[in-house]
Amino acid sequence: MAHVVESKKACTVNPLKMSQPLGASMAFLGLDACMPVMHGSQGCTSFGLVLLVRHFKEAIPLQTTAMNEVTTILGGYENIEAALLNIRKRAAPKLIAICSTGLTETKGDDVNGFLALARQKHPELADTEIIYVSTPDYVGAFEDGFKHAITGVVKSLVKPLPLVQDQVTLLPGSHLSPGDIDELREIIEAFGLKAIVLPDLSGSLDGHIPPDWRGTTLGGTSLDDIRAAGASSWTIGVGEQTREGAEALQAISGAPFQIFERLTGIEANDRFLMRLSQHSGRPVPAKYRRQRSQLLDAMLDGHFYTGGMTVAIGAEPDLLLAIGALLHEMGAELRCCISTTQSASHALLPAETVLLGDLEDLEQGAKDCDLIVTHAHGRQAAQRLNKPLLRMGFPVFDRVGNAHRVQVGYRGTMALIFEIANLMIEQIPHHHADDWPLTPEARRAALARTAAPQSMPPSPLAEASA
Amino acid sequence: MSVSLKAKIAEVFEEPGCDINQGKSEKERKKGCTKQLSPGAAAGGCAFDGAKIALQPVADVAHLVHGPIACEGNSWDNRHSASSHSQIYRTGFTTDINELDVIYGGEKRLFKSIREIIEKYDPPAVFVYQTCVTALTGDDIEAVCKRAAEKFGKPVIPVNAPGFAGPKNLGNKLGAEAILDHVIGTREPAFTTPYDINIIGEYNLVGELWQVKPLLDALGIRILSCISGDGKYNEIASAHRARVNMMVCSKSMINIATKMQQRYGIPYFEGSFYGISDMSETLRQIAKLLVQQGADAELLDRTERLIEVEEARAYKRIAEYKARLAGKRVLLITGGVKSWSVVAALQEGGMEIVGTSVKKSTKEDKEKLKEIMGEGADAHMIDDMTPREMYAMLKDARADIMLSGGRSQFVALKARMPWLDINQERYYAYAGYEGMVELVHQIDRTLANPVWQRVRIAAPWGDDGETLGAVAPTASTAHLASVAAKAMGLEPEEVPV
Repeated sequence: MAHVVESKKACTVNPLKMSQPLGASMAFLGLDACMPVMHGSQGCTSFGLVLLVRHFKEAIPLQTTAMNEVTTILGGYENIEAALLNIRKRAAPKLIAICSTGLTETKGDDVNGFLALARQKHPELADTEIIYVSTPDYVGAFEDGFKHAITGVVKSLVKPLPLVQDQVTLLPGSHLSPGDIDELREIIEAFGLKAIVLPDLSGSLDGHIPPDWRGTTLGGTSLDDIRAAGASSWTIGVGEQTREGAEALQAISGAPFQIFERLTGIEANDRFLMRLSQHSGRPVPAKYRRQRSQLLDAMLDGHFYTGGMTVAIGAEPDLLLAIGALLHEMGAELRCCISTTQSASHALLPAETVLLGDLEDLEQGAKDCDLIVTHAHGRQAAQRLNKPLLRMGFPVFDRVGNAHRVQVGYRGTMALIFEIANLMIEQIPHHHADDWPLTPEARRAALARTAAPQSMPPSPLAEASA
Repeated sequence: MSVSLKAKIAEVFEEPGCDINQGKSEKERKKGCTKQLSPGAAAGGCAFDGAKIALQPVADVAHLVHGPIACEGNSWDNRHSASSHSQIYRTGFTTDINELDVIYGGEKRLFKSIREIIEKYDPPAVFVYQTCVTALTGDDIEAVCKRAAEKFGKPVIPVNAPGFAGPKNLGNKLGAEAILDHVIGTREPAFTTPYDINIIGEYNLVGELWQVKPLLDALGIRILSCISGDGKYNEIASAHRARVNMMVCSKSMINIATKMQQRYGIPYFEGSFYGISDMSETLRQIAKLLVQQGADAELLDRTERLIEVEEARAYKRIAEYKARLAGKRVLLITGGVKSWSVVAALQEGGMEIVGTSVKKSTKEDKEKLKEIMGEGADAHMIDDMTPREMYAMLKDARADIMLSGGRSQFVALKARMPWLDINQERYYAYAGYEGMVELVHQIDRTLANPVWQRVRIAAPWGDDGETLGAVAPTASTAHLASVAAKAMGLEPEEVPV
């Protein structure tokens, strides 16, 4: 419903957006025994690393090809080669996943060519899978990088296999937390289906204590599982960003797919469970029928505080739709919607416009709103405007437990509604004796003394009987 | 690389204030002082990161990053440098260039961005940071800044330190060069006193400068400018009128101190605010140099008396922890904060240093370390420790606590060992006498937490969830049923006869 407007400003102030390579790296972090690499200057990796560490409070394996000016101009083959050999020697990953950056894309490095050459020259690399995706910093945003990474993994590793009827592939969008993924897997398994999740951040960034120190990711989708996705009978995508990956899977294995534009909100989850039931031939388990009923009750309890509220949201497209649509269903008005990049999701958003802009735009738009929803960088704006901030998306560096925040499924939707309603309850004003002053006109009228009352106003009762 | 940037890099590689640098041959010096980065095994920021770290604490200036979204979008608002006045330094400004800017050049967008910032925010100056992509496509930020400064009548300072020029450390120096070339000496202070100093290389992280400033205030010493923590553009512009420069972190902005000595004859010394004896030594040095420069000699006495009072108070407060902390073994992995000054502080608290990183330390730093740690110091100096080695050391309990930067925290936490953040992302201030008491307090608070015993409890079952008696033998539980039944009155109670 919303139409998309691009910002006319030359200068971005307080960025909402993050770069493609960072999104791609996050996707790669959901693959088991993997070492993601940014092909660029070491700062590209360093910035991304710090942000991921601060959000997940976890060690993040992320490497760089450490390009300098000379190697950039002469081409990065030697750096890629050295990086592959070094990483293989030091961290022994099963998979090295490389994404490009603005620097190497400006130069125009042919990384696929480099990789073929490196494999030829170094047969010892045969024990390591290597994948590459192109993600220039100056195109798209975080979500696009994540999307391309998934498509890249599918295209390079999945092969068609004989069909396994009770196996499905789940492609979660970048806006889903490890906790969200766990929730969806549990739901799918409740229908007797096995889910291959790609990428599976719930295995790597769910904050667990591994038995020993590893230089690579601590879990996630294994290479075997990625390959086995070629046998899945169905692909479930969460968020428009997963469409490209689902289509790639279909092109390889023929598996039909369905993209759920969101799994936050009652109706979307009804559809999800309905389709799982049809696909598995099993009834919807009692547990979820009960949860649905709990969600209904939560919506009723929460609506008192969300009805009529005005909201300013800054988020990547799929998250914007998930949270925005839920708020809309709970009676909120989406007065200001800021996003980062083009997406089919924007067309579904129940708002007038979506501005591809920054947090300065959000701060402007939030001035007459009751609630600000965006990532942790919105804290400055919220403080200046003295408005409540609901931290959503990536990064949330000033809160712990981000990995375990659930906002999908009936249960996650319920938790989110409670969170929002509780925030709004805190904002309920305490009134004072002089909160409702009369207008000067009314006060004058009350004080005015006329000589004698001319006549009583006709009583409505008398009029009716007349 | 532009000719000017090349010349600048060559210039910062020639450092008269650095003994190592002066000990090198002409050819060696040209290579610079940092090792070649190794792809696939590198960590740490780029030159742009370094320049931004060095200059962003100038609080009343708009910091505009000219480049694609990664450079600012992925990094802004991530340090705890504090300001007592303007907050505009915390606002992220970037040209966020797109594909067309890469192809056609981004200079117009940069110029328009500067105009938008001045129109909307009106800061006393704009700092413009070059990045890799725009340097590669040849955007001439120096020309754009010059034009914008003329057009808008406001200083617009180019900071030419694209990421691919080198590591973070080089960026610190290139940032410092921008200050030297374009800022210092461009304004006059309203008045001067014989007690005016500059503090260089202090970033006021979590407000640490304010742990030191009251000491200086009490002595009547004025911080004419701090480069760059809690910095004001006009103060830095008038820094050339100070009597003495204090250099805080030896490797980050030494070029400002040496060049101000050459240009304005301001003597400098290298000091530290970390550690009690270091803080005292710093106060003595400031007083000594100020007196040399013409301040009243009685400053020396007042300084000694203040030191006496402050040291006695700090030691007394630390002594309260000594009983609990004596003999605790510390693994110290640090970059920015100088190892030796923290080592001295920890020893004051009775702790033992079982290892300290010297990767970023200079030869002098290492000498000082040896002096402080005494015999066997070599064995405890770690040049380059992999996370795996750190993990093993903690897991084998060869250390009780690790103090390090945020990036290696999980090495300790995953080994279920205490860890304390001592780098730029920390929340506590550790400078001066107050700060050292705070550090010891934080170490105590960390070590004393009973959570360490709890998280080390092994699960009562094995990896399979069954062994070690987790699954009870299915012996008869019938007697429990009858007890329950009796309790609920379903069966008559057995009455002993």
